[in-house]
Amino acid sequence: MPPPGPGEYRGRIEDPPLLRGTAQFVDDIRLPGMLHAAFVRSPLGHAAIRAVDAAAARALAGVHAVLTRADLRPHLLSEFLAVGLPSPSYKQEVDRPALAGDDVAHVGEPVAIVVAESRYLAEDAAALVEVDYEELPAVADCRAALKPGAPRVHRNGPHNLVAEFDMGYGDVAAAFAGAAHVFHESIWQHRGGSHSIECRGDVAVYDPLEDRLTLWSSTQAPHAAMRALGAMLGRDENRLRVVTPDVGGGFGPKLVFYPEDVATSVAALILRRPVKWIEDRREHFTATTQERDQFWEVEIAVDGAGRILGLRGALIHDHGAYTARGVNVPYGAAQTVTLPYVVPAYRLEVKLALTNKVPVTPVRGAGQPQGAFVMERLLDRVARELGIDRAELRRRNLVPPERMPYATPLKTRGGIPVVLDSGDYPKCQLAVLDRAQWDSFPARQNAARAKGRYIGIGLANFVEGTGRGPFEPVTVRIGPSGKIHVYSGAAAMGQSTKTMLADLVAEQLGGDRANVTVTTGDSAAISLGIGGFNSRQAVMAGSSAHVAALKVREKALMVAGHLLEAAAEDLEIAGAEIRVKGAPTMRISLAQIAIALAGAPGFMLPGGAAPGLEATEHFVVDAMTYANGTAVAEVEIDIETGAVAIKRFVMAHDCGRALDRTIVDGQIIGGVAHGIGNALYEWMGFDDNCQPVTATFAEYLLITAPEMPQIELVHQESPTPLNPLGVKGVGESGVIPAAAAIVSAIEDALAPFGAHIAQTPIRPAEILALIEAGRRRHADSL
Amino acid sequence: MGETRKIIVTVNGTRHEAEVEVRYLLADFLRHQLGLTGTHLGCEHGVCGACTILFDGRSARSCLMLAVQANGHEILTVEGIAPGPDKMHPLQEAFRDNHGLQCGFCTPGMLTTLIEFLRDNPDPTEQEVRVAISGNLCRCTGYQGIVAAALDAAKRLQAAKRG
Repeated sequence: MPPPGPGEYRGRIEDPPLLRGTAQFVDDIRLPGMLHAAFVRSPLGHAAIRAVDAAAARALAGVHAVLTRADLRPHLLSEFLAVGLPSPSYKQEVDRPALAGDDVAHVGEPVAIVVAESRYLAEDAAALVEVDYEELPAVADCRAALKPGAPRVHRNGPHNLVAEFDMGYGDVAAAFAGAAHVFHESIWQHRGGSHSIECRGDVAVYDPLEDRLTLWSSTQAPHAAMRALGAMLGRDENRLRVVTPDVGGGFGPKLVFYPEDVATSVAALILRRPVKWIEDRREHFTATTQERDQFWEVEIAVDGAGRILGLRGALIHDHGAYTARGVNVPYGAAQTVTLPYVVPAYRLEVKLALTNKVPVTPVRGAGQPQGAFVMERLLDRVARELGIDRAELRRRNLVPPERMPYATPLKTRGGIPVVLDSGDYPKCQLAVLDRAQWDSFPARQNAARAKGRYIGIGLANFVEGTGRGPFEPVTVRIGPSGKIHVYSGAAAMGQSTKTMLADLVAEQLGGDRANVTVTTGDSAAISLGIGGFNSRQAVMAGSSAHVAALKVREKALMVAGHLLEAAAEDLEIAGAEIRVKGAPTMRISLAQIAIALAGAPGFMLPGGAAPGLEATEHFVVDAMTYANGTAVAEVEIDIETGAVAIKRFVMAHDCGRALDRTIVDGQIIGGVAHGIGNALYEWMGFDDNCQPVTATFAEYLLITAPEMPQIELVHQESPTPLNPLGVKGVGESGVIPAAAAIVSAIEDALAPFGAHIAQTPIRPAEILALIEAGRRRHADSL
Repeated sequence: MGETRKIIVTVNGTRHEAEVEVRYLLADFLRHQLGLTGTHLGCEHGVCGACTILFDGRSARSCLMLAVQANGHEILTVEGIAPGPDKMHPLQEAFRDNHGLQCGFCTPGMLTTLIEFLRDNPDPTEQEVRVAISGNLCRCTGYQGIVAAALDAAKRLQAAKRG
């Protein structure tokens, strides 16, 4: 069999241990003397804590400690997790405490940590901790939270507005004043949790020999966790290490630093024993951050041909009880709305409201699916009102390729201009329409309706900001063994990051992936790191790996040329050695060069080279690179049950150069699956007292294999000029247009009932209500 | 430590005699007492399927069973699927070649579920595969690579049988 060509699948270096069951996830770590932790958590949405009585718990055999906030205090410089990204828009600081103090603000908030010989005993003891709560009014609805006289989410807080900002540009008033048509939509969007199949977890180990605390954590951002933990504990970075073992999925919330990470670490410091805490699924529902509700009031102004003149509105975003990341979810949503289209004037007023629920932070897509949904719903409305084909309407408004790079007046949350760097959006849309047979669908739909079947088709465009900077470092080092070691601040949690880095480095250094080792997610392996999120690792770490490998290559060839007395351009690297082209006996191994560059006492380095066969690269790029795509969904509705079957889902996408098409496909298809869940199934429900009502997988539905259609992909490749690989990120692409395309298709299927949908998720009972309402309207009109 | 009981259980062909707490979950016994951490826990309420093992050849949720229930029974976990350290099972090879896993956390349960399914249904349709894994949640792949791997594995297993 010929070796795989560029972009072809070679299998992944991650796979063998995962397939054999020998991978090391955080719960697989076993250490001598290890203790196990469980948390006492608030059962109430909002309450004052009058007293905590842990006597019975502490008296239980096998229990080593029950620690409350007061017990942590002597070990902490700061008792709060100050991890919110900066923004000028904050109206108040609501940092999470390491453990609850005088009050609790959401169900699941940790109040005490119990450490025992086993998890079983720890849970027994946690149940014996008596917390005297005085229940306070809870705020469940983020719109109600902002009304005058609303109860406060934090009883001592000033109000429930946590941040407020406007986004936009252009003369919106003039655009609307001169418009031929204006249409308004009220949209509710809900997204739920990440639900990586592995929940969170920590193993904290204190080593008195080195006075070092090591936290093994299932995190997407080990370096950020190390910095946050160091700041709270007052430990310098030489005495602190955060490592990510194998991670069973991240999808956003694992980039956050959590109270449990602090409490587990302090417990290990106090007890001088390794302490493990593994989150269970119930805790994941109530204590891991999630996305939730957004309420949009938006209107669009168009001319007689459906060309967009302006867009304006307001967004109220459910922030939860604390700031665990920042304003980035609503910011990303607001920034995404207009991106694929030429929108001359735009203004959105955004308010982030506190609620007595677990904090909101990004879940795969991070607000971008909501932004795309709003735009696509508005465009469907315009198309319907003006009698223009939905695809044709979009074609008239898409950013044309001749205007690339297209500088929008928008700025990212870091203040960096949003410039669409490359791509051919209309061509991408056309490609997917052809594949999905968009033009012939009306005939198929009419034929189906004649048989009493309700099928529909919908489409959605998106542009995704990927590769958020400023950098992700990579060190490439060839050691005396001749092995090529790659270290990165990137964090692997299933996206094939190690394979990606190994292949990029091997491409420059002998082509043998088996000669490359990759270490990710270890704060002791490389000094800086940002982590795995925002579709950034191939863009940022990949570029650094490429440049670092080139530098090592250049140095290795120079030294080899010196030692072999050959010109560097006559040399090639093959496997673990460098040889003279056409003279294979003239060769030297990478190991020999590495040993030569390690120096010998009193001798000059070969060729006047600098010491060491290694390079560290921080490829810095501030501007994001923008991927794009178009999704077309075809659905069939059972009008008796309200069930939606997705019959077909075709997506054209452009992530620049695809480093490995199979892995790219996997990222997109996984994202689409998540988006289908957001469209049809996933709802994190709370009652009026902020009690979660969907805290099992029986109540909170994830998509399973039978509901999942075979996803068809159409690839476009517009390499970005912003990095040497030409790559754009792809990890979130699939999720962004999915709900918008599916809801468009459902609305189309239910057109005979005049259905209008402005929400996600849309569930069977709501679909039946739409059908019933349509029938009533029809009956009334007779 | 609460009440304990002695059990004898065969796991991946190896006989184990062990003293276990009567309330200890089978999954915890396999993972923490025998050190077979390939069996994963994703929900502990029987929905996600990551903890699926073969119990006397039938798929079962090890998070919904007690260790004492395994007394006198035979268990296959993911660690026992490959024929040896140098060779993987055709199903494992098919997962690798079809990008049937990303984070790999659900993979052990997918593999055990499919071992049973392909044994009983050597020539399945795509839809039958989808139904077979409908009790296993995957958050990474959208199932497409898994379904492709299962269909590919069926072909490989058939070919191996034909010799």
